[in-house]
Amino acid sequence: MQEAIIKRAKELLADGSVNRVIGWKKGEFVYDITPAVFETAEEIDADFVYNELTSANVSKYLVKETKKDGKVLVFLKPCDTYSFNQLTKEHRINRENVYVIGIPGGPKLDVEKIKAKGITGILNITNDNGTLKIETLYGEETMPFADAVSTKCENCKSKKHVVFDELIGEDGDITDTNRFEMVEKLENMTSQERFDFWRDQLSKCIRCNACRNICPACTCEKCVFDNPDLGTDNKAAADSFEENMFHIIRAFHVAGRCTDCGECSRVCPQNIPLHLLNRKFIKDINSLYGEYQAGEDTTSRAPLTDYTFDDCEASIVHERGAE
Amino acid sequence: MQVNENKDFEPVIVAFCCNWCSYAGADLSGTNRLNYPTNVKIIRVPCSCRVNPMFILRAFQRGADGVIMCGCHPGDCHYTSGNYFARRRMTLLFSMLDYLGIERNRTRVEWVSAAEGAKFAETMESFTADIKKLGPNRRLEDLRCRKQ
Amino acid sequence: MLKISKDRITEIFNTVAESKSLYLPVNREDGQAEFKKYENGMVLSENLNTLRSAKDFFFPQTENLVDFKMEGKNIEVIDVREECEDFVIFGVRACDARSFTILDKVFLADPVDSYYKNRRDHGTIVTMACTRPSETCFCGSFGIDATEPEGDAVCYTDGSSYFFKANTEKGEAFINSVSSLLEDGDTAELEKVQAKTKEILAKLPLSNLSTDSFGGEKLNELFKSEKWAELSEACLGCGTCTFVCPTCQCYDIKDFNTGNGIKRFRCWDSCMYSDFTKMAHGNPRLSQVERFRQRFMHKLVYFPANNNGEFGCVGCGRCLSRCPVSMNIVKVMKALEEK
Repeated sequence: MQEAIIKRAKELLADGSVNRVIGWKKGEFVYDITPAVFETAEEIDADFVYNELTSANVSKYLVKETKKDGKVLVFLKPCDTYSFNQLTKEHRINRENVYVIGIPGGPKLDVEKIKAKGITGILNITNDNGTLKIETLYGEETMPFADAVSTKCENCKSKKHVVFDELIGEDGDITDTNRFEMVEKLENMTSQERFDFWRDQLSKCIRCNACRNICPACTCEKCVFDNPDLGTDNKAAADSFEENMFHIIRAFHVAGRCTDCGECSRVCPQNIPLHLLNRKFIKDINSLYGEYQAGEDTTSRAPLTDYTFDDCEASIVHERGAE
Repeated sequence: MQVNENKDFEPVIVAFCCNWCSYAGADLSGTNRLNYPTNVKIIRVPCSCRVNPMFILRAFQRGADGVIMCGCHPGDCHYTSGNYFARRRMTLLFSMLDYLGIERNRTRVEWVSAAEGAKFAETMESFTADIKKLGPNRRLEDLRCRKQ
Repeated sequence: MLKISKDRITEIFNTVAESKSLYLPVNREDGQAEFKKYENGMVLSENLNTLRSAKDFFFPQTENLVDFKMEGKNIEVIDVREECEDFVIFGVRACDARSFTILDKVFLADPVDSYYKNRRDHGTIVTMACTRPSETCFCGSFGIDATEPEGDAVCYTDGSSYFFKANTEKGEAFINSVSSLLEDGDTAELEKVQAKTKEILAKLPLSNLSTDSFGGEKLNELFKSEKWAELSEACLGCGTCTFVCPTCQCYDIKDFNTGNGIKRFRCWDSCMYSDFTKMAHGNPRLSQVERFRQRFMHKLVYFPANNNGEFGCVGCGRCLSRCPVSMNIVKVMKALEEK
């Protein structure tokens, strides 16, 4: 796949259709891959990678890149195309300045899951028919590919590209996953158990803002949590309330716009399952206001900027599920 | 629902009232000499739609034990549709608070028109009673703001 | 050297915990290690390092400095400092141990930061020599020997026993407090393990990382380098690297209005943030390129310029594994080195 992508990128650069390419650049190790902008065929030949470890969603970089002169080429995995559509819909991306090539997506690997098994000193990772062969400083280790799949790929919502100018590889379908399983499990707990679960998780937060800054839906020029004039800015949570507030408000601000790309949980240095907050909103929206998938199109009204006369009353949430 | 043992507990209740209906409703309950608990502190907003989730959380942070939002009845919004948006917003927010294990019934939405002075007083009576039963807000409290 | 067999290490923990607070790295559910206050039954983590660094013990992420109370026209200033009690941190790695000397240069230089000093005076650091360095380790580039860490006392392991050595008076006091459990041991096996670790250290993928191109005298050349724009391109402007870093020491001071008084807080700040060092006239670093440059210039140029050439990085590798976009100090150093 990497060869096909590189070949096409070089072709489009050569014929002048685009003057830049957004992709993934290899790092010091096999896994530390950085999103990057390539401007020449030489750069692409030297550093461009696309494999099971390139999990970053690069669509948010287009907010900045499409404001520049010339057309930029971007390679989007199926899940990234939803983010792309959502950004286009919100007029954050200048669609005319970007050429989209859809490429097959995951499942991607999360190297942290390998390290969590006690496999350290990783020098190389190869996939041998569903078994990972990991070459380390301390000898070779193996583990099943499935055990190292990134959390964001565990419940893949779609293998279909919702937007593209051309495709490399085959397009897939919207997949039927049980992505709300964990949300349901939490809903069925008692209020005290839920409180304890989230306190335990959110108290790990170091307020690094990685979840916010990676999020393709968080594109405000100035975040409410960075605004000292508002009195709500907090650089570090001095009280558990601030941990709760940051995550509730952040999830709320992307409610109805979050495409469930899972980047927030992927980048969280403390492994907080932040996608469970977003999925709760998605599940509620689906059940209360009708099925809605953010990013599926660029025309429909988002659930929170829409209404019907006979929407349910707020008291409904106090009447359902476990107390 | 947990039940509060402390009989002397006097909750702080914040009521966001829309200027055109509920705030006038509160006025009417006053001019009609109806009683409602002094625990309720009213914050006037131009429309229920003005209330964003941060308002609700900030009220809890600064010591509220219950937060209620009152607006025009659906269909009667001074700005045509504000309360419809507010309804969706509050529904999702309350659901999220519930999901995080914050006690139910600490938050409420009620539609009160300018003519419903009696309903305003009744609503505040019943909401205050509910919060008294629930006890002080501890799960969504900022310890720094607790009165010493 | 004094030693205790591996299966009896909890006896040391229990003895220490009787008189002092003891903190040690413990594994969480997700397999990551973090420092926790020792309670009976806790197991020392086998991980190479904790997810967050050990700097929290002396320089916590948030700290209440002082309270103010207004009554009428009077402002009462309330000192909220608590008397710090003696505590022991066990299992600090060589990189983190060095980070304390770097932090000392900032907080113990005139004017002395009394909050920091108070905790520093009461803390005893027991380090743990590394036996399984990771691919992300590059402490050697900053002159740190992972097999021979600094610290008040050092603990070594040969796989079956833990050996103890004191470096300071505090360390001696620590060893004396548990000496009844220790016995004299043969270090032949330990020396073999150390030699083996040294071999691995020498062949780490980053073992050839050189600091020759950096230092105070390279200020102009590095500051003006055209590579910063490209290097910072992917940077999200989050604070992950600074918050997991054992040597990042920038902080902000915030007043919080509680509704019945003011609490003044100190909290970690990050040069990656848009409001970092914001002043009345605005922000001196307007773009992410400048903010990104600040972080690495501070560690590799400004800090050594002010501290006799000592760099502000210890090579722990946390930013390498934690950065959401995998952009880190090693990539920056290698890119700047290329002429």
